[in-house]
Amino acid sequence: MAVSFWKGVELKQQAVVLNPKDNVATALCYLEAGSILQLKVGEQIAEIKLRAPVPFGHKFSLTQIAAGSPVIKYGEVIGTSTKAIQPGDYVHVHNVASARGRGDLTEVMK
Amino acid sequence: MSFLGYRRRDGSVGVRNYIGIISTVSCANDVAWWISQEVNGCVPFIHGQGCCQTQPDLDQVTRTLISLGWNPNLAGVLIVSLGCEGVLADQIAAGIAKSDKPVEMVVIQKIGGAKASVAQGSSLAQAMVAKASKLRREEFADSVLVLGVKCGASDTTSGLAANPAVGAACDLLIDNGGTCIFGETTEFIGAEHILARRAATHQVAEKIMNIVSRMEKRVIAMGVDMRGGQPTTGNIAGGLTTIEEKSLGAIVKGGSRPIQEVYEYGERPQGKGLFIVDTPGREPEFLTALAAAGAQVIFFTTGLGAPQGFPFIPVIKVTANPAIYEQLSDHMDILIDLAVQTGFAEAGSALYQEVIQVASGKQTKAEILNYGNFPNIFTIGPTI
Repeated sequence: MAVSFWKGVELKQQAVVLNPKDNVATALCYLEAGSILQLKVGEQIAEIKLRAPVPFGHKFSLTQIAAGSPVIKYGEVIGTSTKAIQPGDYVHVHNVASARGRGDLTEVMK
Repeated sequence: MSFLGYRRRDGSVGVRNYIGIISTVSCANDVAWWISQEVNGCVPFIHGQGCCQTQPDLDQVTRTLISLGWNPNLAGVLIVSLGCEGVLADQIAAGIAKSDKPVEMVVIQKIGGAKASVAQGSSLAQAMVAKASKLRREEFADSVLVLGVKCGASDTTSGLAANPAVGAACDLLIDNGGTCIFGETTEFIGAEHILARRAATHQVAEKIMNIVSRMEKRVIAMGVDMRGGQPTTGNIAGGLTTIEEKSLGAIVKGGSRPIQEVYEYGERPQGKGLFIVDTPGREPEFLTALAAAGAQVIFFTTGLGAPQGFPFIPVIKVTANPAIYEQLSDHMDILIDLAVQTGFAEAGSALYQEVIQVASGKQTKAEILNYGNFPNIFTIGPTI
């Protein structure tokens, strides 16, 4: 059984920005490096050229994110950038760290 | 809306009508398993706990086994005990018997070994199945339904579409007077402030923050970054970068209604509405917690293709990953199309119809495959 959301949707989007506060978008299909995407960010349309390929379901940056800055999806902080990120960069574990469950950063009683 | 279910003496309503063969301890698993395979109409509950644990864990195992016995999908229970285990089989049997359903017991060391125990247990189970099979389904209002929700082997499609669609179905059930249960405390980390805002009372909000902090401390005590364990290697391959991102996508499967109460692992929520049970996210432990909490039906969203069902609960698999839906058609029940959502009302209502059908007897893929016979019980302390 398939449940469709396609009613009233004219064009299949290649990527989605879930909240206007977000600085990353999620790919809804495999996207080649160099692809130029027009994305709806709230009421605005943002144009982004990808600097790397982005797999299905993975993320890329919409803005410049300085090292040590919050990465935002769903309008919430999902982690901190570990290096400077350019618009169109692939965003994943190589450039984003979690702030939670970090026993490696906490003094532990051995 | 109404469905066809089995009336239980304690006032609850089952959507399946099995005799549960419940092992009290890992050493009794083989006998419990053999009896369940010997007699049609029986389902096993086997697990790795029940002995050589500290008292808080023995209490948790006891509580969980009693609550499982109370699940309305079971018409009766046969307890299979070794005899010398840490949990007390008599206490478990007596706890289940309070539900007013028939409870029998075999004790392997008393009867004289596996073969004799299987023979005696099978006879007892056969008589219980014969009696239970006389029960007919009757019509009940959907307000008696208890729906468990779970996500597993998630990728980003889980948070984008599968979880919000299931959340919309939860909202519908709660608005109709029913009950939904979710948990996976590890996957609240980074999103707990959103859940706390939805707590019915200040105390419930505090409990939500406390169970998350307790779970995170257990992880931190191991002295490592939990990434790789949570999010899992599979989650990361699916595009989830951090636990915060996973959590923010995971919590939406519980819908948007107020959270009435937070329960410990193995407890049975009282009342109606939306509840949290404190559990880790791993399937064998969490599905058990949902069954113990009284869920008759479970929604299980997945992006990468988690196959698990549960021995006596129909588990409906929902995915928004079209490649996985096609590739794992043996396991996936429902595909949610990824698109620019204008809302999840339509998908939620389609999922709700599926719950009603499954509750009335439609088999899920996991049931048809008989996949999911190896659950477990969550423990906190060491095995000693």
